[in-house]
Amino acid sequence: MQDITHGFEHAWRLLITNEQDVWGIILRSLLVSGLSTTFGCIIGIPTGAAVGLRRFRGKRGVVAAVNVGMSLPPVVVGLVVYLLLSYSGPLGFMRLLFSVPAMVIAQTILAAPMIGALTLAAVESVDRRARTVALSLGASPLQATLAMLSEARFAMGAAVIAGFGGVISEVGAVMMVGGNIAGQTRVMTTAIVLETSKGDFDVAIALGIILLAIALIVNLGLGFLQRGR
Amino acid sequence: MMGAESAIAARGLCHRYGAREVLRNVSLDIPRGGVYCVFGPNGAGKSTLLRLLDLLETPAAGAVIIGGQAATADARAALRRRMAMAFQTPYLFRASVGANTAYALRVRGWPRRERRARVRETLERVGAAGLVREPAWLLSGGEAQLVSIARALVAQPEILFLDEPSANLDPPNAAGVEALIADYATAHTVVLVTHNLFQARRLAQRAAFLFDGELVETGAADEILNRPRDPRTAAFISGEMPG
Repeated sequence: MQDITHGFEHAWRLLITNEQDVWGIILRSLLVSGLSTTFGCIIGIPTGAAVGLRRFRGKRGVVAAVNVGMSLPPVVVGLVVYLLLSYSGPLGFMRLLFSVPAMVIAQTILAAPMIGALTLAAVESVDRRARTVALSLGASPLQATLAMLSEARFAMGAAVIAGFGGVISEVGAVMMVGGNIAGQTRVMTTAIVLETSKGDFDVAIALGIILLAIALIVNLGLGFLQRGR
Repeated sequence: MMGAESAIAARGLCHRYGAREVLRNVSLDIPRGGVYCVFGPNGAGKSTLLRLLDLLETPAAGAVIIGGQAATADARAALRRRMAMAFQTPYLFRASVGANTAYALRVRGWPRRERRARVRETLERVGAAGLVREPAWLLSGGEAQLVSIARALVAQPEILFLDEPSANLDPPNAAGVEALIADYATAHTVVLVTHNLFQARRLAQRAAFLFDGELVETGAADEILNRPRDPRTAAFISGEMPG
């Protein structure tokens, strides 16, 4: 208990003085997760929307595949990306292993199916009458499709936030492909794991507080969007 | 040009949902201007007929002709712009009343300022001007119905389809909507589906009785509603038709 209270006191000091590059770690986390979420959106939103809007043979199989992608184990994704980017791997020539881009690639693979699956669910839950009403008011087929997407916009926003929340709190994949190198690939989650294993709880708690604060903001945003405001 | 004298002509319309045949060989001519009332018992196919005439669904067989122009696959989107519909169960977009009402203008590329003025004017006409900033999902059933009617009216379509437009309205609002329909029909064509035969008598110049997917009779509203030729029409109007 004493460790925890002591840790909290030191945590605030670290945040104020930026000892041990705490803010560098925080900003790197936001950069990696922000980029992964952005790429995840670029891949996931059009895919989820296209599958959700269309009716085609084999759709159930595609939906099941997207949903499976949502529960990809991060360590398995980390392992696969590691093998692809390792110097003897097929993409080893790119020299990306243990770099921020490698971490972004791994987290994009985690974020895209999550955002895609939630977008798909969001689009499928829109009342089909939205399209009919849009057409009846003179919309072209494309405008009617955009009306459907507009109806799903709050839930799609929630999908993006859920994707960001998922990757910023992820540790397995970024640890494996980033290597947790101080000043280069260390992010909040990997730093927390490292400092905890060393018994140095100050930095771990400081980063934990920030991570909790970000999770809180993300969840507040999620709740706000789910209320449709 | 087919059916050039009519606002809408239907020729041999058939439609089915799965194995269920909902319309059989329906042919009719809806003249330009005035109120054309389609009435009949529940499940007769009235709403389906409206959706086919508004080109929201493609019939299994037969043709729809709008202002003399056949509704071919290529022409449907452009023809649809000449029409609008307010549905029996209103579906409002997840946006403000103002944005809902402006939708038909937005898809036609109207500038924002002109849209705002027309939206205000149209909401005033239906008695819903005070709702313009309200979120649509907070409206009562009657308010949603009024907004749905305003949304269909706002672009002043040549042909306006109204499916039970006063079903959710209290008597003062229903009277207001009836006055609005009568006024609009002086310069446009209104196709009205209603169960309210008093309303049909008050508003319609022409009428069609639909029963079990078939068009039983069509003609002057006064004739059909007061001196029906077919015993099924007579039984429905007198309330003697078994449910």
